[in-house]
Amino acid sequence: MAEPWQTAEIPGPKKALLITKPKIVSAMIRRAKRPILIVGHESAEIDLNGESLIDYLIRLSKHAGMPIVATAHTVRYFIQRGFRPDAWMPILDVANRLRDPGWSGLDGNGQYDLAIFVGIQYYMEWVVLSGLKHFSPKIKTISLDRFYQPHASWSFPNLNMKDWIACLKVIEEDLKERRG
Amino acid sequence: MTKKEFLVKIEELKTDIGILKNLELSIGKIIEETWKEKPGPTPFPSITDLREWDFKLLRRYRPFYMPFCDVCCLCTFGKCDLTGDKRGACGLNMAAQQSRIVLLACCIGAATHIAHARHLVEHLIEKFGRDHPIDVGGVNVEVEAPVTRLVCGVRPRKLGDLEDVLDYLEGQVTHLLSATHTGQEGSNLDFESKVLHAGMIDQVGMEIADIAQISAYNFPKADPDAPLVDIGLGVVDASKPVIMVIGHNVPPAVEIVDYLQETGLHDMVEVTGLCCTAIDITRYDSKAKIVGPISWQLRYIRSGIPDVIVVDEQCIRADSLIEAQKIKAPLIAASPKNCLGLPDRTNDPADEIVADLVSGKAPGALILDPEKVGEVAVKTAIQVAPKRRKFKAIPDVKDVIEGAKRCRRCNQCRRACPNDLDIPKAIEDAAKGRLERLAELYDECIGCARCESACPEDLPIHSFIVKAAEKKIKEETYKIRAGRGAIQDVEIREVGGPIVFGEIPGVIAFVGCANYPKGGREIAEMAMEFANRRYIVLTSGCAAMSAAMYKNEEGKTPYEIFHGAFDAGGIVNVGSCVSNPHIAGAAIKIASIFARKNLRANYEEIADYILNRIGAVGVAWGAMSQKAAAIASGFWRLGVPVVVGPHGAKYRRMLLGRKDREEDWYVYDARTGEKVYVGPAPEHLFYAAETKEEAMVMIAKLCMRPSDTTKGRAIKLTHYIDLSRRLLGVMPDDIHLFIRTKADIPITMRDEILKILEEKGWKERKIPDPTLLPRLIRRRK
Repeated sequence: MAEPWQTAEIPGPKKALLITKPKIVSAMIRRAKRPILIVGHESAEIDLNGESLIDYLIRLSKHAGMPIVATAHTVRYFIQRGFRPDAWMPILDVANRLRDPGWSGLDGNGQYDLAIFVGIQYYMEWVVLSGLKHFSPKIKTISLDRFYQPHASWSFPNLNMKDWIACLKVIEEDLKERRG
Repeated sequence: MTKKEFLVKIEELKTDIGILKNLELSIGKIIEETWKEKPGPTPFPSITDLREWDFKLLRRYRPFYMPFCDVCCLCTFGKCDLTGDKRGACGLNMAAQQSRIVLLACCIGAATHIAHARHLVEHLIEKFGRDHPIDVGGVNVEVEAPVTRLVCGVRPRKLGDLEDVLDYLEGQVTHLLSATHTGQEGSNLDFESKVLHAGMIDQVGMEIADIAQISAYNFPKADPDAPLVDIGLGVVDASKPVIMVIGHNVPPAVEIVDYLQETGLHDMVEVTGLCCTAIDITRYDSKAKIVGPISWQLRYIRSGIPDVIVVDEQCIRADSLIEAQKIKAPLIAASPKNCLGLPDRTNDPADEIVADLVSGKAPGALILDPEKVGEVAVKTAIQVAPKRRKFKAIPDVKDVIEGAKRCRRCNQCRRACPNDLDIPKAIEDAAKGRLERLAELYDECIGCARCESACPEDLPIHSFIVKAAEKKIKEETYKIRAGRGAIQDVEIREVGGPIVFGEIPGVIAFVGCANYPKGGREIAEMAMEFANRRYIVLTSGCAAMSAAMYKNEEGKTPYEIFHGAFDAGGIVNVGSCVSNPHIAGAAIKIASIFARKNLRANYEEIADYILNRIGAVGVAWGAMSQKAAAIASGFWRLGVPVVVGPHGAKYRRMLLGRKDREEDWYVYDARTGEKVYVGPAPEHLFYAAETKEEAMVMIAKLCMRPSDTTKGRAIKLTHYIDLSRRLLGVMPDDIHLFIRTKADIPITMRDEILKILEEKGWKERKIPDPTLLPRLIRRRK
C-alpha cells in the first residue's frame, strides 16, 4: 500500500492506482485520444543525472505528440530552450478548464481525456488532483512526480531518485520506439 | 448613531401599593436622527438581503472545489463517502460540503474578530466610559467607520454606540453557523452567498475593534508619518528583564506599558511581542519591539530571552505553556478564550501570584484582569530575570552535531514539513559538523516544528535550525512603520481620481499570516516591486512584519525607503489584523468621497462601483487561518480580488473567472442600458498562485477594471506586459482581451501590439459606464 509523501495528506476511499510498471504510463498515453501534459515550476529545479526535467519533458511531449501547458513561470525555462509550449497559464486555470466538459481545449478540438501532471508543489498538486477526481470523472489523471499522489488516477509510489529516473527513461523509450 | 437606548431611573417612588427604590427601566431603543444622508436599501442586512449581488458575482466567478478530504464526518450518519457524484446520508453532495466547510471556516474567523471586538469594547467602556468619542483621525477623517456605515447604515460616535453594532454581528454569526447544521442549507451557491455574508460582517467586526482601540488608546490616527519602530529577533536588549506578549487583543500589553510608566520602570524592562498584539502595542508605545510574525514564536521562546510570556488570544501556539516551561519562564494567560488549563488567579492579590510564579510553585496563571496582568507581568519579569539568567532551550553546536548523528534517515521530518524542506540532507551534513544547510533552512522554515513531532529520535530539529542560523538571527534588526490606522479623507480626495481612472495603476494590499512557501522575503520583494512601479502598497498583520524584514545595500528597510502616505509609491502599514477594514474602507471612501456615492446602507451599489472601477487587489501570500478566510471573503463581496500563495489552495475552494467565456464579461452601460463586453477585468475573485513570479504578473493584471481611462489602461498594461516579460519570459497571450481602443495600447509597444491584435482578429469596442446592476441604468435605449 503506497503512502502519501506528506504523511498527513490522507485522502479517503478512492486512491490512485499504483504505477507498478512504467510502461503503464506510456500505454495510457498511447491509448488516450487527447492527452495533455501540465508542467509546474519545480520541473526546472529537478536534475535528472545532468539534464533538467524540462529537457526530458520536451522530448516526452514530442514522442507522444502531446501538448504542454506550462504553469506559473515555467514557460520561461521552455523558451530558454527554444521550445514554445502550447500554452502557459496558472495551474488553477488549467484545472478549472479541465473540469468543464464543454471546454474546447487549447486547439479548439474539445476536452482532453488524459491529463498528466508534473513539477507542481506536492500539496498544491494534491488538491488540484482532488478537484479533478471529484468533479471531472471522465478525465484520467497521472502524476509523473516522484511521490505518491493519492488523488490522481495513477501515480508512482514514493520513489528514490534513481528508480524514478529509470522509470522516466522506460516511458520515454517506449513512446519513442512505438512511435517508430 | 441612529438608535439610542431609552433608560428611566427612579431612585424612590411611593405608590398606593408600596414603595419602589432604585428602579431602572430600559425600554428598547429610540431612533436619534442626526445623520442627514439618506439610508440605502440594506441597513443591518440579513443573511439573504444581499443574495442577489452574491449570485451575480458567483455567476462570473464560479467556485472551483478542491476537496481536502473525500468524506464528511460532521454527524453520526457518517463518515459519508462523497467521492464524485455521491451524496451523504443527509443528501449533501461534495460541492455543497466543500462550501459548507468554507462557511464554517469563515464563521470561525468572523466570530473570532467579533468576539475580540466585544471583549475590547467592553474593556474600553469600563475604562474610558460609554461616551468616549470615536476619533480615528480628527478633522482628517470624517468618515470614521466606512464599513460600518456601509453595512449597518449607522454612524458610531461613541464607544457605547459600538455595542449595538456588535449585537447585530453576533446575531448574524449565529444564523450563519446554524446554516451549517446537518439538514439545513443544501445548495453550494447558497453556502457561498453565506460565506460572503460572513466575510462582510467580519469586516465590520474588525473595524469596530480597531476604531475602538485607536480612539481609546490614542493609537496613530491616520498618520502617514507614524513612528518607525524596531522589529526582528536581533533588536531585543536581552540584558534587561524581557516580557513577551503574544496574540491579538492588546489591553494586557497596554497595561504592562502603563504599569512600567507609572512605576518609572519603562527603561528598565523590554516589552516585546509577536503577531498582532506586537503590532498594536507599538501603536501605543513606539519603544516596544516587535520580534516577528507568528512563525517566530518557537524560536523566540526557545532562545531563552523572554523572562515572562503573556498570551492573550488568537494564533498562539497551543503548546506555549510547555515551551515556556522549557526555558523556565512563567506564563500568564490573559484571555478567557485561551486559559491553557491554568488556575484562575484573577481575584488573588498580585504579589501572591508573583511569588508563586517567581518561585516556580506555579508555571503560570490565568488572570482575566488586564490591569492585574500588567502589574504581575512586570514584577515577575524583574524578579525572575536574575534567577533564570536567560535559560534557553537551544542546544549548543556540539549537541546539534551529536544529535544529528542519531538520525535514522527515515525521512519523517521532511514528510511532515509543510514546505517539504530537505531536512534529512541538512541533518546528514550536520552530523559531519557542517551546519550551513541547516542554517539555510531557517529562511524558509515556518516554525511549526512538525519535524520534531515526527522524529522517532525526538531530535529538537527546529532548535537545531535556530542554532545553525544564530548569526542570521543576531542580524535581524529592521524597522517597521507603526500601524497608522485609517486613510485620511484628504488622501482619498487626492488619489481617488487617479485610481478610478487607472493612472495610479493599482492598490495592492499585502495582508494575512506567515505560512509562506519560500519565506517572508517574498513579501518584501513583491511590496517593493509594486511600490517602485508607483502602485499604492498597503500592509497589515504578519505580512506587514515580513515586508519590513529586508535591507537594501544601504541597510535600509522598505518602510524607510518608501513613504507611508496613501499615495503612489507608498508602503503603508495600516496595523494589525483588525486594521484590515481600513483597506476596504479606503476603497469604500473612494466611492463615497471621490465619486459622491451614497454610502449609508448601500452595500450593493458601492460593491458594484468597487468591482468595476477600483483597481484594488488583496494578497494573502501566507494565508493560514480561518480569520484569513473570513477577511478574504469580506473583500470578495466588495468586489476586490484576493490572491493567496500555494498553501492557500488548501482553503479548498477558489472563485475563478473564465476569460475564454466571452459571455461572462458583459456589463451594462449605465448611460444607455446597453450590454457591453469589457474583457476579463478582474479575471478572478479568489485564486492561489503557484509561485511569486506568477502572482506578481496576475496581481498587475487583476488591477485592470472596466472603467479605466485609455491612459490608465495603457499604464496598467505596461506594467502587466513588463512583469510578464521579465518574470515569465513571454508577452502575455491575452492582451487583446484588455485593449478596448487603440488608445489603450502602451505607446512604446504600439507596433508590436498592433501586430498581435491583427493576428487575433481584434475589433475596437466601447468603454462603458460599467455596472452589473440594472437599477443603476440612467436611460434605456
